[in-house]
Amino acid sequence: MSLATATPPVPTRPRSLGRGVQTSRRRLPRWAPWSILGSAILLSLAVLTLADATSVPSVLALAAVVYAGGITVTALVVEGPRWAKDRLATTVVIGAFLVALIPLVSLLWIVVARGLRLFSWDFLTTDMVGVFGSMTTGGVQHAIVGTLLITAAAAVISVPIGLLTAIYLVEYGRGPLARAITFLVDVMTGIPSIVAGLFAFALFTLFFGPAYRAGIMGAVALSLLMTPVVIRSVEEMLRLVPNELREASLALGVPKWLTILKVVLRTAVAGIVTGIMLAVARVIGETAPLLIAVGMMTKTNTNLFEGRMATLPVFAYNEYSKGGVGIDRAWAAALTLIVIVMLLNLIARFVSSKFAPKAAR
Amino acid sequence: MSKRIDVTDLNVYYGDFLAVEGVTMAIEPRQVTALIGPSGCGKSTFLRTLNRMHEVIPGARVSGKALMDGVDLYGAGVDPVAVRRQVGMVFQRPNPFPTMSIADNVLAGVKLNNRRISKSDAASVVEQSLRGANLWNEVKDRLDRPGSSLSGGQQQRLCIARAIAVQPEVLLMDEPCSALDPISTLAIEDLINELKEQFTIVIVTHNMQQAARVSDRTAFFNIAGTGKPGKLIEIDDTGTIFSTPSVPATEDYISGRSG
Amino acid sequence: MVVTSTTRTADGSRSGGLAAPQRRVADLGGRIFSGFSLGAGLVILAALAAVSIFLIIKAWPALTASGADLAEISWFKSDSLLGYVGPLIFGTLLASVLALVLAVPVSIGIALFISHYAPRRLAQSLGYVVDLLAAIPSVVYGLWGALWLLPVINPVFTWLSDKLGFIPLFADYQAPAKNIMSASVVLAVMILPIITAVTREVFLQTPRLHEEAALALGATRWELVRMAVLPFGRSGIISASMLGLGRALGETMAVLMVISPGFLFSFHLLKPGQHQTIAANIASQFPEASGLSVSVLIATGLALFVITFVVNMAARWVIARRKDFSGAN
Repeated sequence: MSLATATPPVPTRPRSLGRGVQTSRRRLPRWAPWSILGSAILLSLAVLTLADATSVPSVLALAAVVYAGGITVTALVVEGPRWAKDRLATTVVIGAFLVALIPLVSLLWIVVARGLRLFSWDFLTTDMVGVFGSMTTGGVQHAIVGTLLITAAAAVISVPIGLLTAIYLVEYGRGPLARAITFLVDVMTGIPSIVAGLFAFALFTLFFGPAYRAGIMGAVALSLLMTPVVIRSVEEMLRLVPNELREASLALGVPKWLTILKVVLRTAVAGIVTGIMLAVARVIGETAPLLIAVGMMTKTNTNLFEGRMATLPVFAYNEYSKGGVGIDRAWAAALTLIVIVMLLNLIARFVSSKFAPKAAR
Repeated sequence: MSKRIDVTDLNVYYGDFLAVEGVTMAIEPRQVTALIGPSGCGKSTFLRTLNRMHEVIPGARVSGKALMDGVDLYGAGVDPVAVRRQVGMVFQRPNPFPTMSIADNVLAGVKLNNRRISKSDAASVVEQSLRGANLWNEVKDRLDRPGSSLSGGQQQRLCIARAIAVQPEVLLMDEPCSALDPISTLAIEDLINELKEQFTIVIVTHNMQQAARVSDRTAFFNIAGTGKPGKLIEIDDTGTIFSTPSVPATEDYISGRSG
Repeated sequence: MVVTSTTRTADGSRSGGLAAPQRRVADLGGRIFSGFSLGAGLVILAALAAVSIFLIIKAWPALTASGADLAEISWFKSDSLLGYVGPLIFGTLLASVLALVLAVPVSIGIALFISHYAPRRLAQSLGYVVDLLAAIPSVVYGLWGALWLLPVINPVFTWLSDKLGFIPLFADYQAPAKNIMSASVVLAVMILPIITAVTREVFLQTPRLHEEAALALGATRWELVRMAVLPFGRSGIISASMLGLGRALGETMAVLMVISPGFLFSFHLLKPGQHQTIAANIASQFPEASGLSVSVLIATGLALFVITFVVNMAARWVIARRKDFSGAN
C-alpha cells in the first residue's frame, strides 16, 4: 500500500484534532511548488546565460538546487520547520528518482539510435568472413548462432541440476547437508563471472591441453552462473505451493515422489518456467567468461566441442575495440542483444500471467 | 466395505515432545465417531495417526497399536501409502487441485498414481463419486471447469468426492465445516449421514452441536496445560456423553464451563 | 485396487492388503527420484569444490614462482606476486566503494519513492522498470559508459578539477574521462537495480502498525519515513549494499571499456592511467597470455574470488541476523 493515499499532499488539510488548538494550519497552496520550480528554472537560465555557461544539464542541475532551497525556505516561513523538512525530503527523493532515470533513458535511447544505423536484415543474416578495414558489410549471424548454442547448452546443464536441487532443498532436505547446500548456493551466487570463465578455462585446458577452446567451455562457465539463479527462483516457486495440496495428494495414497511430480511441480510450472527464462536472460549477455574461454571467430561454428565460437556480447566488445565502423557494429550487436533479452523477459511475463493456476495465490 | 479400527495405548511424539498420550479406543464400522475437545488437545494429531499423515511432519512418530480389522497400521511391512489408500481424509480447508478440472479432481487418486482407466470407467467413477458427495446435480454440466471455480461448500464436497472415489474403508474428517457457512455446513452434515452407510467415519469438530447431530459415538480429549500431552478422557455413545457423561471434566466442557 | 467394478454392493469387501503389490514399483520410483534430487545437490558441492581446486592447481605455478621467473612476463612490472596483486586489489576496492557511495543514496531514494511516495499503480511499473535495468547486459553498459558517458561527464570533471583541484582527490584531470571515477559511475548504474530491489522489499515490509502509529501522532511523511521506515530497514540497506558491492567487485566489462589502466596506489580519482581492477585486468591480458602469465592471472582471479566470497558472506550474515531479530519474517 502506498502511503500517498493515506497522506495526500492536499494544501489545507484539517490538522491533528488531538492538539485541540488548531483544526487547520497554514499550508502552501497547491500551485506554490510549481511556481517555485518555474522561477528556479528561469533564474538558473538567466544566471547561466550571464555566466555564459548555458547547457541543458547545467540549467537543470542549478534549477534543482535552487528549487530545493526555494521550497524549503518558503515552507519554513509559511508552514514551519517540520513541514519544511518534509518538503525537502520529498524533493530529494523525487530528485533521486529523476537522476536514476538519466542513465536508463540515455542508455535505451543511444542503443536504439546508434544501433539502428547498421541494424538490418542483412546484418542479422551475414557473418564476418572477408570483412576488413572500413567495409560496412558483415553481420552477426555467426554470433547469434553461437550465443544461442552456448546459452542453450548452459541451460541444458543448469536446469536439471537447478530444478532437482531446489526440489531436494524444499521437499527432502533436512539437517546439516541441506544447510550446507543452501550455504554453497549462496556462495555460488556471488562468484564473479570472470572467475567462472577462469574455472572453465582451467578445467578444460587441464584435460585437453592449453590451446583448447570450445563453446562448451563457455557453456560450463555460464551454467556455473546460471545454476544458483535457477535454484533460488525454483525454490521460491515451490515454497509458494500450499502445503494443503501436498497433503491432499498424500492422503489419496499417492507416493511422495508422484505428489512432487504431478501436484507440486504442476502447480508451480508457470513460475518455474518464468524463473528459468529470467535466468537465461541473465546469462545470455555475459561477456567476460566468454571472452576468455571461447574467444572470437569470423564465421559460424556449430560444433560446441571444437574451436572458437562467436557470441554477441564478445562480438560487440571486439568490434568496439577495433574502433571506426566497428563501433557502429558494436551498437547494432548491442541492440540485437537487448532485443533478445527483452523478448525473453516478455515471454517470461506472458508465461507467468497466462499459465498460472488461478487459485494458486 | 468398512472396517473397524482398534487403537491400543497409542502415544504420539513430535521429536521428544509427547503430544498425545495413551489413547485406547475402538472405532466401530459404519458409524460416525466424533472427536471433541479444546484447542491443542491432540484430537487432530490423533486423527492424522489413523492414516499415518502425521509422518509428513519431520520427527513425528508413534508408539502403541492401531489395528484395522486386525492388521497393524504400523506393522513392519506396511506401506504408509497403502494405508492412506484405505483410510481417506478430508481437510479443514477445501483443497481441490487448482490445476485440475472438477472431473480430474475426482479422478485425482487414480490419475496421480499413474494408473490407466478407461473412459467409460472414469465417467462412471466421476458420476458415482459426485453423486455420493451430493454434488452431481450441481456440477454435471461443467465437469471440465476448474475445481477452484466452485463455492467453498461445493469445493469441500468435491474433496469428499475425491476421497471416496478411491473407495477407502475409513474416512477421516478434520473439522470439515470450520471454513464453511451454515448452509454448506448443513449440506455436509446431511452427506455424512448418508456416507456412514458405506464408510467408517471419524470426524474432528469444534462444534458440539455438530458432534451431537452427526455422530453415533463421541470421544472427549483434554489437555492438562500447555506443554502437557493431550489425553482421551472418555468415549461413549453420543447420547450418553451429552446427557450423562461419567467424567466431570466432560460435563464441564460440554456445558461450556471450561475449554 | 481402485475401481475395478463400477457398482459397489453395501458389504462387498475388497481384497488388497496394506502392503500392496505395486509398492515395490512405487518405492523404486521414489528412491530414484529422491536419489536424483540429492545427487543434484551434491553436484553443487562438487562444483564449488572443483572451482576452488582447479583455480588453485592452475594458479600454483605463479604462487610458487620466483621473482626472476615472474619478471620475464612482459607486463609484469613488480618484484613479487603480492606486489603485482596489491595495486589491483586496491583499484578493485576503490572502484567498487566509489560505486557504492554513489549508488546507495540514489537507491534508497528510488526505493522510498516506489514504496512510500509514488501512487500505487505507478509504483508497480516503476519496480518493473528498475528490474529491467538489471537485465541489460554488461557489455551494453560498457558501450554506454565509453561512448555516451565519457563526453557527457567531461565538463563536470573539468569543472571539479578547476574549482576543487586543490584537493588531491580531484587534481590533475585530463580529458577524455577514462579515469576510475567514470568507471565507478558506470558500476554505480549497474548495481543500482539490485540495491533498489532489496531495499524496496524491506521498506515495503515495514510493519503497518508502526506506520499507523506514526501517522496517528500527526507525523509528516518524512517523519514517518525517519521514525518507522528507515530504522526498520537499516540492516536491509546494509545487506543490499553488500550485495551490490559483491556485484561491483566482480564486474569486468564496464571497467575494461572505460578505464585507462595503471598500477598505482593512487587517490587521484580523475587522473587517467592510475588504477585497474582485477577482473578488467584479467580480461585485457588473458587473450594474449600463455604459460606462467596465465597462472599469474588465475592467481589474481583467486584473490577476487576470496574477496567477493567474504563480502557476500558478510551480507548473508547481516540478513540472517535481521531475520533472528524481527522473527515475524
